[in-house]
Amino acid sequence: MAKTMQRFGDGYLREMTETELQKDIEDGIQDAAERCGGSPLSDDETKHLFDIYASPQRFVSVEPGNEILLTHDGGTIKLNVGVSGGAGLGLDIGRRLCTEIYERMLGSDTMDFGHVDYSFKPAKNILADEQQEMEQTVLSTIIPIYYGAMPNLGSYTRPDGPFRNPTMLLTEGKIEEAREASEEMMKAATRDMVYIASGMYEAGADGVNFDTTGALGDVDFLATLRACEILKKKYPNIFIEMGMAGEFVLGIHGALEYDGVRLAGLWPHQQVKIAAKAGVTVFGPAINTNTKRSCAWNVARVVTMMKPCMEAAEIPVHPNMGMGVGGSPLTDIIASDAVSRGSTAVAEIAKVDGL
Amino acid sequence: MLGMCITHSIASGMGGVRTAGDLVARIQMARGMKTKDAKKYVADKLKISVPELTDSTVMTVVREELGLGCVAQLPGHPKGMEAKFNIAKLLDIEINSVNKFKQKTGMFTPASA
Repeated sequence: MAKTMQRFGDGYLREMTETELQKDIEDGIQDAAERCGGSPLSDDETKHLFDIYASPQRFVSVEPGNEILLTHDGGTIKLNVGVSGGAGLGLDIGRRLCTEIYERMLGSDTMDFGHVDYSFKPAKNILADEQQEMEQTVLSTIIPIYYGAMPNLGSYTRPDGPFRNPTMLLTEGKIEEAREASEEMMKAATRDMVYIASGMYEAGADGVNFDTTGALGDVDFLATLRACEILKKKYPNIFIEMGMAGEFVLGIHGALEYDGVRLAGLWPHQQVKIAAKAGVTVFGPAINTNTKRSCAWNVARVVTMMKPCMEAAEIPVHPNMGMGVGGSPLTDIIASDAVSRGSTAVAEIAKVDGL
Repeated sequence: MLGMCITHSIASGMGGVRTAGDLVARIQMARGMKTKDAKKYVADKLKISVPELTDSTVMTVVREELGLGCVAQLPGHPKGMEAKFNIAKLLDIEINSVNKFKQKTGMFTPASA
């Protein structure tokens, strides 16, 4: 029985036989199809996925002609300080130089330009500083640049913000109070997102990336959809990317709707339709990585969930394929063998527009 | 970086200004086109084939000839904002930073401003 080395969601390599690998892939496909109601992959697609993961090469890539576009989240700040958790490279450089490095050294098609905290709320006090750096950066660079930040509605709850915490209220059985708090938070968050995105667009950014949308479930999602709608009316040419926090929209409120559709419980193929209605240009679904399962199992799930999403999508789709999502391991320093396989599988089997 | 961004760039990415990645991205962002359609649009505008969009040898020549900016900062060739002026004109799209530049320098007021 031929042996293969398989990377797992926790980042470690483990030996698997080809039979075990095949079963893992089939299990991942089945899990995704059952959860989001899609169809399993075809035999040819399953074989393609198996070949990618059974390959002994340390790096796998798409065939020429199958290349896709790359958008980013937190791009520039990864070279210096990192995103909130201090996982940056520690280079003593600003975001303008970071963007130039991504453009001329790293072959990036686009770049995300965000504040070190990477949330909209804390950027309010320093919008003028953000605008200054953006204005300088768009003069010296060619690739499209968008301002990226997280809606992060959690930052609006006490003690960090002015509002009662709906998740705490829910644990106390105060459902109506939790819903009231959620609605108050949404108004403030939508206002902040529109304020920051407008300021950065006025500074010359090509648009905005709402990253990790839905981190506080349907509350987060609706606040962001409303911001997209306002921005698209205000600036018809603005580019808007919406990257999600997870594969499934949690019902923190539970009864919130957008255009008559209940948001809680939506899967990527349903989320993309709502995002398009709100004016989103590129949608970024996020399929969670299970750290206890192989990357082959995880990516089989990703590809199976992405196929109905691609069929439903009228707008371009760039799934999240970074740390802990899209079948990539949940480690700061991610193994290239795992990322290259996930990248190839999603491009060639799910036929996404970008990552 | 090596594990994620660079790996994606090499495994499946178009290549940014090394090739035509930024140009295809601009069309997707401006027109909402799917990548397959955006590639065709850009290839037609550049008068090259779709496979040549990701050929760095072909695209370096094309970018130099059309003044679209390159990886190398060649003396006398358009860079940064200058290259974006040429990209907006060639691809027939609005680029926000180009329009802001024109507004601030009194060159014109875009219809979408």
